[in-house]
Amino acid sequence: MPISLTINGKSTTVDAPPEMPLLWVLRDILDLKGTKFGCGIAQCGACTVHLGGVPVRACVLPISAVAGQKITTIEGLSKDGAHPVQRAWDEIDVPQCGYCQAGQIMVAAALLKTTKNPTDADIDSAMQNICRCGTYNRIRQAVHRAAALSGVPGSKGADDQAGEE
Amino acid sequence: MSSLNVHRRSFLQVVALAGGGLMLGSYFAPSDADAAGPAEGDPFVPNAFIKIHPDGKITIIAKNPEEGQGVKQSLPMIICEELDVDWSQVTIEQALSDESKYGRQFAGGSLSTPMNYDNHRRLGAAVRAMLVAAAARTWNVPESELTTSKAAVSHNPTGRRLSYGKLAATAATLPVPDLAKVTLKDPKTFRLLGKRIPGVDNKAIATGKPIFGIDVTVPGMLHAVFEKCPVFAGKVGSANLATIKKLPGVKHAFVVDGVGTALDGLMPGVAIVADSWYNAKMARAQLQVKWDEGATAQQSSEWFAQRAAELSRKPADRSVRKDGDVDAAFAGAAKVVEAAYFYPFISHATLEPQNCTAHFKDGKLEIWAPTQMPQPGRDLVSRTMGIAGSDITIHLTRIGGGFGRRLKNDYMVEAAWISRVVNAPVKLLWTREDDMRHGHYRQAGYHYLKGAVDANGKLVGWRNHVILEGVRAGEWPARYVPNYSLELSSLPHGIPTGALRAPGSNGIAFVIQSFVDELATAAGMDPLQFRLDLMTPVVVALPADTFNAERMRGVLELVRDKSGWGKRTLPKGRGMGVAFHFSHQGYFAEVVDASVSAKGEVTVHKVWVAGDVGSQITNLSGAENQCQGACIDGVSAALGQEITIDNGRVVQGNFDAYPLLRMQRSFPVEVHFRATENSPTGLGEPALPPVIPALCNAIFAATGKRIRSLPIGDQLA
Repeated sequence: MPISLTINGKSTTVDAPPEMPLLWVLRDILDLKGTKFGCGIAQCGACTVHLGGVPVRACVLPISAVAGQKITTIEGLSKDGAHPVQRAWDEIDVPQCGYCQAGQIMVAAALLKTTKNPTDADIDSAMQNICRCGTYNRIRQAVHRAAALSGVPGSKGADDQAGEE
Repeated sequence: MSSLNVHRRSFLQVVALAGGGLMLGSYFAPSDADAAGPAEGDPFVPNAFIKIHPDGKITIIAKNPEEGQGVKQSLPMIICEELDVDWSQVTIEQALSDESKYGRQFAGGSLSTPMNYDNHRRLGAAVRAMLVAAAARTWNVPESELTTSKAAVSHNPTGRRLSYGKLAATAATLPVPDLAKVTLKDPKTFRLLGKRIPGVDNKAIATGKPIFGIDVTVPGMLHAVFEKCPVFAGKVGSANLATIKKLPGVKHAFVVDGVGTALDGLMPGVAIVADSWYNAKMARAQLQVKWDEGATAQQSSEWFAQRAAELSRKPADRSVRKDGDVDAAFAGAAKVVEAAYFYPFISHATLEPQNCTAHFKDGKLEIWAPTQMPQPGRDLVSRTMGIAGSDITIHLTRIGGGFGRRLKNDYMVEAAWISRVVNAPVKLLWTREDDMRHGHYRQAGYHYLKGAVDANGKLVGWRNHVILEGVRAGEWPARYVPNYSLELSSLPHGIPTGALRAPGSNGIAFVIQSFVDELATAAGMDPLQFRLDLMTPVVVALPADTFNAERMRGVLELVRDKSGWGKRTLPKGRGMGVAFHFSHQGYFAEVVDASVSAKGEVTVHKVWVAGDVGSQITNLSGAENQCQGACIDGVSAALGQEITIDNGRVVQGNFDAYPLLRMQRSFPVEVHFRATENSPTGLGEPALPPVIPALCNAIFAATGKRIRSLPIGDQLA
């Protein structure tokens, strides 16, 4: 059944069963491999994408439920990795294996849209994705850094504090 | 493991690249002496490539699989340091699996650094020497007047400077230095090693590039799922294949009989191959298999516990080590403590589920695999399928977490087999449930301990009767207590086990360092000082990989000072715990600050890590990240992770039943390294073991309750 989607600003039509999760449409039909499969039951968050700007877990989201809506994946977050969250992730050197990080970045980017200068408590409640390697110290630091790179004055990740524990 | 005596009969091979560039591969042919040399019988034949193009482009090959431990930057960094090129000037390329070219390629045992540090330095230094010689010839000046930096040679007296790219063609015509004699930098002059260098693949990761095994796409590729018996080593009786074959998108459905031994090899199961993974998985939901479950169906976690308790009351099967007379020591001691400890099976739970893409064509196989052990994978595929190893090409993809799980290549042989049956490229992807229920788990362990202190608070006797898990004979406190007995009883079972990050140590440290704390309490002594008092060096010549009390004392004192041990006033319900452990040639002491709520919920406030991995940290950013991750990993496992067995089946299937620590329960980890005059060693594993007992000891300090069984779960409620 043809279903229309708007993915990373481009309209596209896919022929897929209506109950097929968005994750597999992205990965195996549209060849957008940045969104990851980790658990299939919305536990780990490796498959996080934005639906109308809100982070959602694509592994349990039937394609029929997102028809016509605006979807952003890690590939569409910025041109060439220029988004402040992507830059902060590299600068703070967050990844170990890196598998969860696209999902973490999508959650962080959504958080910074609604909360320009998040506190540690804001980060605790927003950043619920699993990092099996345990890079949480750096994820926290990088979210603060991304707020600073976004031009938020006085944020915890401002230049004079970057690199501090 | 020998890493330093490998340079006899080494030679460099220089190949002129099209366009005048220089490619330098280093081949270390094992001599007769070397063949008998390394203690563990492994020939040491490493090889690395440096490519310098005339346009100045420099490519460094990263030889080992990258699973998040950071070798894709740390090993090339070592070459770059001695070559005198800036990190920004090089491109890093992942090697194919080819041990004839690169030497042993694997990610395990925290061995990448100790096995490659010295030879990677020499590779860089040899090429630098050739480029200096080329410049000396070009300008007709003595080499002693030349300096190098940022991929260029300079003649300061005349202000002349030539890039490596421009010198490459001349350098390629020069004799190749003897690697054993090449001059290495004074580490005090290092410009790159010890700095914080962000990961090579960070940008690709942050922009969602398809770099992991699961992302591989081959033209014409089909997608497979593989269902195995829920009871380990169970066989397929029958399956409703005719029904499955009619389902949407399904191209093939067939039984795989299995080849090899029960738990190692190609396990029996049912393969479903479809035009998409989604269709294969949907078809699998309709699959009905009648299994021949086999004997393991009689086994359960409760049965293991009951058997272990029975065995603990009997004399041990065998003595592993015996010093002095423990029974006499117990009889004459001021205080005797007895305790039973347990740690469960746990799963590696790599976030990228097991997967592999294989393409069988014209009798040959091409494989793309996230594997920590490509060569044993090739061997397994070769002997299972009767295909020569030379006809199997293995591409090393980035690995979405290893932790030891991908030392096994079960998913590789499954993909290869399925591809041959369907005669098409196939990507096999396991579900999370497949991964959790068909692992090679961290071996569970039961330890029955008895220890004693004398009237002066000195440890005088130690006995440990271990059931299931083996303990190394030299494991501390062996040699540091006069009366010591280590005994082992086996409890055979049908659950596949394997190495999990700091194998052995990740359970043993919990037991030993918790029980030492019990003895410190019995002695009425400060737990950290009690440990320091036990670090009296033993005056015997010890091999480098044997516990060295001076080095452990160093990190214990460092973590004491950094954590403010004994100087903090903590509120009721909050406490600090300390532990240390030696593994993978690394010395780690850690302090945990934790509290326990009235409801019994544990909060870790902070962890301090003090580590000694030798004279030089390669990449400080990666090193700190490994230590922080190891502490999160250890606490995550200790708080809630357990694989339980019921009728030969793993009960847990996904992260809802097997919790991994999330941001909200994470904690700051402060890392300190103590440089000592020892060869640099690895960091993927040794920071993990102490954090678990340090947490349990902090819980005791906070509550007076001793955790003797993992996971902690709701024991404190």
